[in-house]
Amino acid sequence: MVSMSKIATGNGHGENSPYFEGWKAYETNPFHPIDRPDGVIQMGLAENQLCFEFIKKWLMEHPEASVCTSEGVGRFKETALFQDYHGMPEFRQAVAKFMGKVRGDRVKFDPERIVMSGGATGAHETVAFCLADPGEALLLPTPYYPGFDRDLRWRTGVELVPVICESCNNFQITRNALEAAYEKAGEDGLRVKGLLITNPSNPLGTIMDRDTLKSIVRFVNEKNIHLIGDEIYAATVFKSPEFVSISEVIEEVECDRDLIHIVYSLSKDMGFPGFRVGIIYSYNDAVMNCARKMSSYGLVSSQTQHLIATMLNDHDFVDDFIVESREQLFKRHEYFTWSLSQVGIGSLKGNGGLFIWMDLRKLLKDNTFEGEMDLWRVIINEVKLNVSPGSSFHCHEPGWFRVCFANMDDNTMEVALSRIRAFILKNNESIVPRKLCRRSSLKLSLSRSLSRRIDDFMSPTGIMSPHSPLPQSPLVRART
Amino acid sequence: MEFRRNNRQLLSKIATNDRHGEDSPYFDGWKAYDSDPFHPTHNPHGVIQMGLAENQLCFDLIEKWILENPDASICTAEGIDKFRDIANFQDYHGLKEFREGVAKFMGRVGGNRVTFDPDRIVMSGGATGANETVMFCLADPGDAFLVPSPYYAGFARDLRWRTGLDIVPVDCESSNNFRITRAALEEAYEKAQRSNINVKGVIVANPSNPLGTVLDKETMRSLVSFINDKNIHLVCDEIYSATVFSSPRFISIAEIIRDMDCNRDSIHIVYSLSKDMGFPGFRVGIVYSFNDDVMDCARKMSSFGLVSSETQFFLAAMLNDDEFIGNFMRESSKRLAKRHHVFTKGLERVGISSLKSNAGLFFWMDMRPLLKEQTVEAEIELWRVIINKVKLNVSPGSSFQCSEPGWFRVCFANMDDETVGVALERIRQFVLQGKEKGEVSEKSKHWKKHNLRLSFSSVRLYDENLSSPRMISPHSPIPQSPLVRTRT
Repeated sequence: MVSMSKIATGNGHGENSPYFEGWKAYETNPFHPIDRPDGVIQMGLAENQLCFEFIKKWLMEHPEASVCTSEGVGRFKETALFQDYHGMPEFRQAVAKFMGKVRGDRVKFDPERIVMSGGATGAHETVAFCLADPGEALLLPTPYYPGFDRDLRWRTGVELVPVICESCNNFQITRNALEAAYEKAGEDGLRVKGLLITNPSNPLGTIMDRDTLKSIVRFVNEKNIHLIGDEIYAATVFKSPEFVSISEVIEEVECDRDLIHIVYSLSKDMGFPGFRVGIIYSYNDAVMNCARKMSSYGLVSSQTQHLIATMLNDHDFVDDFIVESREQLFKRHEYFTWSLSQVGIGSLKGNGGLFIWMDLRKLLKDNTFEGEMDLWRVIINEVKLNVSPGSSFHCHEPGWFRVCFANMDDNTMEVALSRIRAFILKNNESIVPRKLCRRSSLKLSLSRSLSRRIDDFMSPTGIMSPHSPLPQSPLVRART
Repeated sequence: MEFRRNNRQLLSKIATNDRHGEDSPYFDGWKAYDSDPFHPTHNPHGVIQMGLAENQLCFDLIEKWILENPDASICTAEGIDKFRDIANFQDYHGLKEFREGVAKFMGRVGGNRVTFDPDRIVMSGGATGANETVMFCLADPGDAFLVPSPYYAGFARDLRWRTGLDIVPVDCESSNNFRITRAALEEAYEKAQRSNINVKGVIVANPSNPLGTVLDKETMRSLVSFINDKNIHLVCDEIYSATVFSSPRFISIAEIIRDMDCNRDSIHIVYSLSKDMGFPGFRVGIVYSFNDDVMDCARKMSSFGLVSSETQFFLAAMLNDDEFIGNFMRESSKRLAKRHHVFTKGLERVGISSLKSNAGLFFWMDMRPLLKEQTVEAEIELWRVIINKVKLNVSPGSSFQCSEPGWFRVCFANMDDETVGVALERIRQFVLQGKEKGEVSEKSKHWKKHNLRLSFSSVRLYDENLSSPRMISPHSPIPQSPLVRTRT
């Protein structure tokens, strides 16, 4: 047997986690309004599907945006040949302008600093390669996007140190938590090279206020470590308070700009995850240059650069899109959270993202992560909704679930809500007083086939085989 | 607060070393081209770009197909209903029709002697990403791969930079037309062993860049038996496989292992549509491994460089159009053959020979008779004369780690017929002028004076580059330099 690398034979890809059971359930029985009305509804995927009609209308009016239409084919050859890692100037200008507009034109982004990457997935890996050596560490506030375990660590050898955030103050990042994490890293012999924040937050759906951001900027300057701001959800903020970007804060606070880097993408704000448009915007020239060289490993298809350039250089369209998207997200979010509140389900007060951070702590029979997993399996198998348990986001407290709301039409949303209502009303007696919910009764309520599936699932081999029945599982999709 | 920080402390080793390969003296040629690019009417005396291996010969066919197939785009009236699903599609398994189209194409390119399994097709960020991914899967930092020279300059970055691997060259020589011999492989392997370097595999490009030749069956079988003996991997970069324009035919490693006793777990193919179709901008890289674990791992890693779903959709339609592809392949071969013939014959007439080749987008030109001395320095001097006096940007053999000086790679498929004529004429003039000066020794003296004058200014240029701390600055005047384009 010829051996492979350590990277290839280890678990750094992050796919061997119990998180995937939900995906399995969805894949074997996906909801369809007509063909499979009792199937599992996908609420674990943070996609933005609310504005496609708007975008399609623009496309029909702008055939020159594609190099495959009669209006655009004259540019096919030069586009197909264009592999310059600086990227098309029009593309960079369009993205820089879009990023500025999303921030209310309170800051300007320099097109010359826009660097491409293979989605935000590629962007994070590239930034980690630029900033840290194997064995060095990045601080990461919890709860955080599960893909970070792979993107930041797998091939880079970089370690992650969690910064614990708690529900008692709405999971805000405190100076104390930062200091505690930094010190712990030191005690563990880890050299911290930076702090990564996701703002707006995945999975919380909240934004950071100005003071918190300023405090973070001061913290990284004092420690002389990098600050990476993942602002991938910037345009999904649908109501006040308004989004504040790191790019704004560094104008207001004394700061070494060589420490500041932004990761961006069009996957969430525009709903184009398939187009793999990842962006690195670093204020550090050396990092920018290095990341640009590394972009060779994940450039944006020139066909897509051309499409995006044409679309985002139409400033009227962009202005209208930002407004439309906000409205659609606001409507969907408000309706969803209101409906849940009607049956006593609360969630963290949020104003951005494509999901809510649902509070099901009072439904846990045990205030443990096992209790959370048990409840989750019930939600998947009985309520037939694939939601994401907080533990998969490294949440410090059990009982929280991320529920996506922007990846379905109104009818499906209604079906999902009615199922939740039915479940809550049915279980009101057995859920609220905890002592009635014994482990044994819960076991009985789980079908035998479920237990067998759990065993299958827990088997160490072949979990993500090439013939995996889970083509849609969250890490299979580059990002969730 | 003093904010000036030393980047060496602030950034990673990877970010501050030079293994990205761009701090090389070869950018003179690019600089000359960029500051003075040829144009038939606007700049007829400018530098002609012959250092870029692009395939520009068949765009007319492709454009015609595009106009006849509006449903290949998600932005046309015919295709718009697919827009939403495609824009949302980020599954790293890739679109099924795309994988089927690619597998079929690879099979046809191999003369339909083997079939490729669509479920084994894994995407990557161009062949650049594919090569890096395969290295990440097969070897650990500090390990090495054997690479027959001369080899593609980008390997230095793609195989080594972020992976931490090393390259051990396997020297091939003109005396046997740069064939890869068992002896050369063994020698390189033993040399590595003596230096305590752990060799994990061999990587070859077939057809070869820069040679333009294909590997014969015997060499390939010998390679397979070598890697089996040593229990190491074999990676075959078949990126130029459809650019074969005359016999002998291309033989894929897939065909060799089908007919041979071997450990298939050690065999991996890297492919791309950048050269065969002329679509480098679309970043279509493919990893095709016969090893299930490597395939799975590479598929997970493809998240770092998936092909845009819009592009997958377009190519699925094109590659599954059997009639079009058949016609395309025939035409492409014909046009490449013709272009190759025009150039090589034109050069022969003035006494310049090149390695006999039947593939690739370039030929391997033999300028050894024109060197003052058989040294790399002399090669670089001659190169500067070619750039500055003949005004052609060609690539010197030393940039491909060729073990013998005097060879140059000359690309011929990235220009129109008129430019071909101008390039040939310039070479003719250059050689004839040299001959007019009489005997070789006198010619050498004459060129020595010339070279001295020229090389003085060239050396200054070179020094400037070396002393500049950020040669490839964001405002680089050389956006078209070879590593800026991800592949040459």
